[in-house]
Amino acid sequence: MEAPLFTYTLRLADNALVLGHRLSEWCGHGPMLEEDLALANMALDCIGQARNFYTYAGEMEGKGRSEDDLAYLRDCADFTNILLVERPRGDFAFTILRQFLYSAFMHPFFEQLSASKDERLAAIAAKAEKEMAYHLRHSAEWVIRLGDGTEGSAARLSEALADLWPFTGEMFEVDAAERALIEAGVAVDPASIRPLWLETVDRVFADALITRPKDVWMQSGGRRGEHSEHLGHLLADLQFMQRAYPGSVW
Amino acid sequence: MGAVIELSTHGDARIARAREAAARVCDPEVPVLTIDDLGVLRDVRRDGETIEVVITPTYSGCPAMDMIALEVDLALEKAGFVHRKVTLSLSPAWTTDWMSEAGKAKLKAYGIAPPQGRAKGRGALFGVEEIPCPHCGSLDPRRVSEFGSTACKALWRCESCREPFDYFKCI
Repeated sequence: MEAPLFTYTLRLADNALVLGHRLSEWCGHGPMLEEDLALANMALDCIGQARNFYTYAGEMEGKGRSEDDLAYLRDCADFTNILLVERPRGDFAFTILRQFLYSAFMHPFFEQLSASKDERLAAIAAKAEKEMAYHLRHSAEWVIRLGDGTEGSAARLSEALADLWPFTGEMFEVDAAERALIEAGVAVDPASIRPLWLETVDRVFADALITRPKDVWMQSGGRRGEHSEHLGHLLADLQFMQRAYPGSVW
Repeated sequence: MGAVIELSTHGDARIARAREAAARVCDPEVPVLTIDDLGVLRDVRRDGETIEVVITPTYSGCPAMDMIALEVDLALEKAGFVHRKVTLSLSPAWTTDWMSEAGKAKLKAYGIAPPQGRAKGRGALFGVEEIPCPHCGSLDPRRVSEFGSTACKALWRCESCREPFDYFKCI
């Protein structure tokens, strides 16, 4: 059994890396130049956050694994990201709505984690919180623009919402090891984030003229290493260089 | 007693000299600013015989950090420091509040609007910013994109002089 703090840190890293990779897939394919830059910038923030978390996880594990070892040399079942972030990038409405749902959770999450009793997590979170504020504002503006835009943009946004909503429940899951970290003041209790998240979601959805779906059965598994087929394809792309040319460096 | 004082004075002079060398290093992405102007240079101290320079990243994924660390190391070597190291520190998190007034003036002269006011928290999330155009000074610019050519900048355009410009985001 892995140490709870290691698992906790690795989950944060995996979420950030996988989402960062999905965002980076837009590079050169954005609907317009400004959005291409924005998506690449958000990818960079997420990958930077992932690097900080992986580096810490590797140090705490004490087996000499670097950030690169953790990112490039683990297979699907070792990844602990939530399923939401590994969904294929879809169209722009899908990508931007996912970014909104994720950032609306992660912004208050990092805000609270920056008060963690674990100094290193607190330091990483304090930086990430500022970045997520921008992701949240940017994605929220686009959700409103698409929802209150044309018939076509509104339809795409509604379709994305129906697809994504069943993947939002996993953000609020807590297992026994995490519960102990929460009680120790190290981890954030996602239940405390829920009201803030709903408030942000409802406020933006109201302006976007869309309705929050009713409670549905929520998808689960990523945090335990049970992934959809999409993660394997993502890792094949992400890890290609290190798999084909082990140990290669710039 | 005298020898001890002499030693520590000697140490202070070394630190001051190392600081001077490190402080001249420029940000590779905003070359008019030194890392001292930006507040990226956090500390210069002694660890035994070794001079340690502490820097902090502006953004988690700032790709300029490796370059800055390398250039600080080179600057110290050029200044004659054999035992030296560059350390990365994340806490406290960098904020544009640390940017010097001289730095802000240099940015503006370079055509980049400097960060406005103080960094704020959740309250500013959906707020509207008012950024004077760095070219004509008009208060009528419009934000084109929250994200610009580098992680630390946003893209704006002035409605008066019609010039596009970068705005150094306030975080």
